[in-house]
Formats: sequence, structure tokens, C-alpha cells
Amino acid sequence: MRQSYQRPIDPHWWAKSPYLGYTLREATGIAVAAYALVLLAGVICLATGENAYRGWLGFLASRWSLALHATILIGMLFHVWTWFAIMPKTMPRLVIGGRYVEPRLITATGIAIASLASLLLLLIVIRVSQ
Amino acid sequence: MKRSIAPIFWLLFGAGGMLAALFGPALVIMTGIAIPTGVGLSPTVMDYSHAMAFGRHPAGKLVLLTVIALFAWHGAERIYLTLKDMHLGSKLTLAWFSYGSAGAVTLATTAALLAIGF
Repeated sequence: MRQSYQRPIDPHWWAKSPYLGYTLREATGIAVAAYALVLLAGVICLATGENAYRGWLGFLASRWSLALHATILIGMLFHVWTWFAIMPKTMPRLVIGGRYVEPRLITATGIAIASLASLLLLLIVIRVSQ
Repeated sequence: MKRSIAPIFWLLFGAGGMLAALFGPALVIMTGIAIPTGVGLSPTVMDYSHAMAFGRHPAGKLVLLTVIALFAWHGAERIYLTLKDMHLGSKLTLAWFSYGSAGAVTLATTAALLAIGF
């Protein structure tokens, strides 16, 4: 067998600076996926019947679920921040009026729009439910 | 040159990421905290009859499928890339694990929404 040189890699590189930020950002994917699973469980219980659905609602009101959703919410908020922090690097350079738009401005605008969207959704649901 | 199917996963990742960035926090606050505790929103918002009416309506079905499936595909892409970078398995194994899970979530959601009826 050919013995090519393999540069040694610290197996815990992902838990250390400067990679920890990257790892935490990618970990928000777990929060987003976990929330999808909670909703999927709800939809399956809804399809199963009223008792099953009540069971799911009972789980949502439990301490475990509230702790889980608080964690998911932190992950979601971190996702919002990092999503728009990276956006200037993932989109083509934006030119308005012959000048490049500052990356920080793109990030701030994105976070502002996202905050507004979430706030509007909450307000609409509160309004409609009354 | 062999065409890559990676762009499909990027598209789902991007769509799910944008949806989660725009509405994720509000959705989690609503369904996970406010409605179950009755703070700010009444628990009746999501009771059986309301949930059934929402799940039976085509628009409600579309919202549920879009949110659940895109969130799952978004998470799957991040989990796949991170596990790959951690060298926790072969690329093929990790791809089947993450994208396979997202595919299963999509199919299960579709089946449950059809079972709820119209």
C-alpha cells in the first residue's frame, strides 16, 4: 500500500478557535431541523386522531418542551444573525448608484427585514386569533 | 463532465435558511412557547378543531409542508457538511444519513397531510 504523507489533524479542531464560531453556526442547523421534527410529530398526531393530537399538545406544554423550544429559539436567533452576517459573502456584490453597498449595511438591512417579518407574523396571528 | 446534483441541495438549503431567518423565531415563539403557556396567545389557537381546519385547507397544507420540509433540508445540509468536515464517516454514508433523513421527513409530512384529508 502506498504510504502518502497525511498532515496530522487535531480531532477536536471543531471545538477550538478559530473554528468554534463555524461549528456553532452550523449547529443552528440542528435547531432548525429539530423544530421541523416537532412540527412533523404534530402533523402525524393530527392525522392519527384527536387523542394523539391532545397528547402532542400536552408535550408542548411540558417543561421539557419549553426548555427544548427555548434552546431552539436561541439557535434560531443565532441563525438569523449569522445568515445575514454571511450574506454579503454569498451574494454578488451589490451596486447602488455606482457605489458598492457596504457589507455591514447588507447585514443590518437583512436583520431588520427579518425582525420585521417575524414581528408582523406574530402580530397578524395575535390579531386573527382574537 | 458529470453533472453534479449538489445545486439542488444548495437551493433547498438556501430556501430553508431564508424561511427560517425570516419567520423561524416567530414560529418557535408561537407554537413552542406562547400558545402552550397561553402567554400572549390563547391555547385554543392550536386546539384540535383549529389545527384540523388549518391542516385540511390546501393553503394550510402548503404552509406546513413548506416549513417542515425546507427546515429539514436546511438542517440536513448543515449537518452533512459539518459531519463531513469532522470526518465522521464516508461522504456517501453521511450524505445518505442527512439527505435521507430530510427526504424521509418530506415524505412523512406529505403522507400525514394527505391522511388528514381535505
